[in-house]
Amino acid sequence: MNEKIPVLQLRHITKRFGDKVVANDDVSMDAYKGEILALLGENGSGKTTLMNMISGIYFPDEGEIFVNGKSVSINDPKDAFDLGIGMIHQHFKLIDVMSAAENITLGLSNEGKLNLKQTAQKINEICERYGFEVDPNQKIYNMSVSQKQTVEIVKVLYRGADILILDEPTAVLTPQETDKLFRVLRNMKEDGKTIIIITHKMHEVLEISDRVAILRKGKYICDYETKQASAQILTDAMVGHTVSLNIERPEPVDPKVRISVRDLTIRDKDGIVKIDDVSFDAYSGEVLGIAGIAGSGQKELLEAIAGLQPIEKGSIEYVEEDGSRDNLIGKDPMEIANMGVSLSFVPEDRLGMGLVGNMDLTDNMMLRSFRKGKSIFADRKTPHDLAEHVVEELDVNTPNVATPVRKLSGGNVQKILVGREIANAPKVLLTAYAVRGLDINSSYTIYDLINKQKKSGVAVVYVGEDLDVLLELCDKILVLCGGKVSGLIDGKDADKATVGLMMTKVGGGDIDE
Amino acid sequence: MNKVPLIHITRRKELPWYRSWAIRVIAVILALILCGVITLLLVGENPISIYATMIKGNFGTTKKVWNMLEELAIMLCTSLALAPAFRMKFWNLGGDGQVLMGCLGSASVMILLGGRLPNIVVILLMLVAAIIAGTIWAGIPGFFKARFNTNETLFTLMMNYIATQIVAFFVVVWENPKGSSNIGIINQASREGWLPTIFNQKYMIIIIVAVLLTVATYVYMKYTKHGYEISVVGESESTAKYIGIKVRKVILRTAALSGAICGLVGFLLVGGVSHTLTTSLSAGRGFTGVMVAWLGKFNPFFMILTSFILVFLDKGAKEITTIFGLNDSFGSILTGLILFFIIGCEFFLNYQISFRKKQNKEVA
Repeated sequence: MNEKIPVLQLRHITKRFGDKVVANDDVSMDAYKGEILALLGENGSGKTTLMNMISGIYFPDEGEIFVNGKSVSINDPKDAFDLGIGMIHQHFKLIDVMSAAENITLGLSNEGKLNLKQTAQKINEICERYGFEVDPNQKIYNMSVSQKQTVEIVKVLYRGADILILDEPTAVLTPQETDKLFRVLRNMKEDGKTIIIITHKMHEVLEISDRVAILRKGKYICDYETKQASAQILTDAMVGHTVSLNIERPEPVDPKVRISVRDLTIRDKDGIVKIDDVSFDAYSGEVLGIAGIAGSGQKELLEAIAGLQPIEKGSIEYVEEDGSRDNLIGKDPMEIANMGVSLSFVPEDRLGMGLVGNMDLTDNMMLRSFRKGKSIFADRKTPHDLAEHVVEELDVNTPNVATPVRKLSGGNVQKILVGREIANAPKVLLTAYAVRGLDINSSYTIYDLINKQKKSGVAVVYVGEDLDVLLELCDKILVLCGGKVSGLIDGKDADKATVGLMMTKVGGGDIDE
Repeated sequence: MNKVPLIHITRRKELPWYRSWAIRVIAVILALILCGVITLLLVGENPISIYATMIKGNFGTTKKVWNMLEELAIMLCTSLALAPAFRMKFWNLGGDGQVLMGCLGSASVMILLGGRLPNIVVILLMLVAAIIAGTIWAGIPGFFKARFNTNETLFTLMMNYIATQIVAFFVVVWENPKGSSNIGIINQASREGWLPTIFNQKYMIIIIVAVLLTVATYVYMKYTKHGYEISVVGESESTAKYIGIKVRKVILRTAALSGAICGLVGFLLVGGVSHTLTTSLSAGRGFTGVMVAWLGKFNPFFMILTSFILVFLDKGAKEITTIFGLNDSFGSILTGLILFFIIGCEFFLNYQISFRKKQNKEVA
């Protein structure tokens, strides 16, 4: 691209939250017509805040935004749409019971009657132009995550957006779906659209973007032409110092069966089978990876082991050091703990399940320990010390241990949760999407913690979504597809394509188109 | 053109205590000024003398001071009863009915057993009956909430009406003299089941109970395992399940506790204040208590202050109505305005408003 036309220019943008937190500090940057710009930065570096100001959710405290060279003021998302800016958020904003076409026209104040046929026609045009596949009449609740995302993108295009912002679009997609998304993004770029994409996955940045802009601690650091950049260069710029990018995989020492699952079947409240006749063993001193498309039963499986999910049939047994077996079925977390089974669980929903957002660090540490002792009073001293310890040990960035957890950034929240869960020397550690939304630095801290647990003989179950990480970190990988075991493969021999196929079809093999 | 919004609202970080109290004091002053203007315009009275009368209504005589303290103690106890349930996000709007059932429990013991047992036993049985009645009345919606996740707001609210009707029924059963539809003062001559005076003060015992209850509620909510469980269940049920708290048990236990304290209030009302039973004994305190608890942020010590404000305004409003011969709605108007300012200032505690600033606009 020889001639660069800036379509979006930010000048000296500053956004503060309260007196102390500066989310964006004097950020000036440009985005050009027909490029894919990746926005890279650690958690809390201000990427999302910056994008929210462009899409009208926040208003900057200082600075100016120019669209097509004109100074603009974006007070609300409608202003952003009028300027041709559309954002696709991490959490989709669609109405389940409505069709794609209805969702897409929702909120548009066109004159005259609602004409769904005309809408459908226009949707089909957009789809054809960029290579989407959307059935305008399909209801949202019948759609896969990837289809929902497609609807979100079409919705934005339908409103005539020329600048599209995507906040971690690939977090919920399989590798195949990601490829599909990237093809569409490239088509849009060819058509002259500007795409800004936020992602933590370095290989995706290198694959899809033309240019990378890096934020660190709310400040704009620099930008790179992607062609001239490498994962190492970008990571170093993002973190501010050199980081090693290899995930360690120590050899398992003396693995023994610790958790034994046989013929497990789970139905959810609506009677839908979530886990279908699943059997596997988790060994001490090993990391068992669980791969699968989002919603393939990973959550139910872990919750069943943790005693949070009623099961229909099958057995889950905990195998003691001496070989004796304890049945975990029908026991709640309290009863499992009382049996002397030391089981820790890092759930997917950190602030909704693992921690209480409005409580401070000490009180969150207390969740695991408050019952100890016969006194009617809860002991706050021990959890307070534990909180101090975790903050120091894991380098948690917090003003003090009396800060509500919700005020911390994602990485720090996860460190608190993992820190608490490994504090009581577990024998089994269950983790669900332990690094979701975490920046590279925090992710590596978590990998290190997992490996440390593994080395001390803990049986680790790691449910993950990033196949590259699963392949590097795990000793074995159990692939789930629609609640069934699609395959169990050795982490060392596995390759991404095979696992990807197994995720979409039981046993792998070619996908029938 | 570059149009920056004229006003833009941002969330504040925590304010130092003196600034937040300054904002509250300013709110009250503004409220008093506005009320003054309204008084002047509507009824032509001197606002200063209106305010002086309000103060006199509360502090004018020793008797008034004791009455105010009694009312304050009862108000505070009722809101303390609600606080643990509210902390658990169990919206107990049935305080009125639970207090009333407590009154019924106490009064029934007084009427049926007064004179047949030693006085101290009668009083203890009154206490037990009141607490059981209140516990049951809050326990029923608590059970349904825990078991079937029914909406406790509606449930507790409806229970108020049932309680009123039950009390109305028993008022007729025990009416004295016959045909009066009125119970009159129970055991007026023998004073059986009347709470004892302390230092010759009729209301001292109620005030002592209120003080003890305030401290106990504070300790219970802040330092005990139960209190911690209540907070966790209130914040997130799935977290509570995740760490193995028996959520149903906590809901039922806390609802019952809330009702038990309401029952205690009923006991204090019948045994220590009115010595009778009417359907209007709880006088809407179950609802005013909601406001007291919220304004006090469920902190028992703050709630002392908020119940004082409400009691003061109420007593003051009644006083100006009598002294100036005003329509009794006028006092309520002033009370409402003052509360509006007090509640409204919470917005300014949490948010700040910035006005458009001058900006320089050049592309660098």
